[in-house]
Amino acid sequence: MTVKPPIAMLAELTHRCPLSCPYCSNPLELARQERELDTETWARVFREAAEIGVLQLHLSGGEPASRRDLVDLVTAARGAGLYTNLITSGIGLTEKRLRALDDCGLDHIQLSLQGTDAEMADHIGGYRGGFARKMQVAAWIADIGFPLTLNAVLHRRNLHQLPRALEMALEMGARRIEVATVQFHGWAMQNRDSLMPTHEQAREADRIVKQARAELRGQLVIDYVPADYHSDFPKRCMGGWGTTGLNVAPDGEVLPCHAAQTIPHLQFDNVRDRHLRDIWYDGTAFNAYRGTDWMQEPCQSCDNKLRDFGGCRCQAMAVVGDAGAADPVCVRSPHHGTLQAKADAFAHNDAAELIYRTAPGKALPETTGS
Amino acid sequence: MAAGRGLGTGRRIVIENADIPFLPRGVRVHFDKVRDSWVLLAPERAITLDGIGHAILSEVDGARSFAEITRILADRYNAPAEDIAKDTAGFLGALRNRRFLEIRP
Repeated sequence: MTVKPPIAMLAELTHRCPLSCPYCSNPLELARQERELDTETWARVFREAAEIGVLQLHLSGGEPASRRDLVDLVTAARGAGLYTNLITSGIGLTEKRLRALDDCGLDHIQLSLQGTDAEMADHIGGYRGGFARKMQVAAWIADIGFPLTLNAVLHRRNLHQLPRALEMALEMGARRIEVATVQFHGWAMQNRDSLMPTHEQAREADRIVKQARAELRGQLVIDYVPADYHSDFPKRCMGGWGTTGLNVAPDGEVLPCHAAQTIPHLQFDNVRDRHLRDIWYDGTAFNAYRGTDWMQEPCQSCDNKLRDFGGCRCQAMAVVGDAGAADPVCVRSPHHGTLQAKADAFAHNDAAELIYRTAPGKALPETTGS
Repeated sequence: MAAGRGLGTGRRIVIENADIPFLPRGVRVHFDKVRDSWVLLAPERAITLDGIGHAILSEVDGARSFAEITRILADRYNAPAEDIAKDTAGFLGALRNRRFLEIRP
């Protein structure tokens, strides 16, 4: 199998974050600040990424603005020739800092939205005043003229706010909105009872997105991540394992996707030890689920296998206990019925409380299993 | 990422002859040395440009009108102006639908 160069790299600059969203995609075991790569190492990693074909760099976290050297990191990324995108909640960005990011060539900002009003957003983010601050940051972004994508993360508690989220994207001058139903990995896995949308909510979101896409064509681009557990076919996760993108964790571990550390038998290389090129082409974690040779039935003989590559390995691990199994979202998986029954049970547990993400170095909450 | 994904084939926004197309902030043409090809870089997207796409975008400078762009291309490729205008309008219209291109009247 010919391995193509990666197109995108997600650089998780830090796991620190002022918010504590209960669906955070960071792992339960967060990297402490003293384990984070320093400025020089990130700059080298950006150059290596560009050398091997990465075009798009996403600076993420945690909250990337929690890195004091953010402006230096963006300067290094642009110097390496990468298209540089900042994925942020807005907290930690001042007008002065945004202007400095403008001066050093930041290409695009993706701003997250936890809710469409302060009550919802601050409750979900676990950070009082966060919504007001975010709206101020959005105004500065518009004033400077950064291209903006609004990233609305939706779940049972705020899916009714989707129409307002679309309006807000237009009001902020965003060219694009990501309507992202929570994916159940990382901290979200602890909160399936609290966050799982109902089947009816999932179908209503499908309808709203379809209608908005038609009405806002050429005005607002809508990228949609539908509710996974209520789907019949799995997502082509990461565009296919080891085909398109890679993630670098705050401590330098290189992952095929942000949840890959939940697959216990995988071993990850670190940018401190190896060139990104060697990790991408020869790393055991990247080669573990490339192509189709690893597939079991029903994937191996499935006519969709080159379309969705069997779906999400981490979801197969988390729900079925086998990372080589078909994603249980798939109707052809023997676990599909069980998953949908679970989804309905989660979605109707109205007594469930949010389990917030903690800070790096803090004790983990009790896990609730799968 | 959607490198190489085809542009939309649905409704096209009509471009008038006097319209001046331009690439907005955050969208740029980039030569990809690793893949030895031109790409259009846009927010969270990278699109491979074929020879025609690159030729069209090379004439989009924020000053020339759509009519001027198609005339230049028709002369250079010694092709019927009508065909060039149709292809160019389709290509630019698809980019515009995705907010990768703006029009100044």
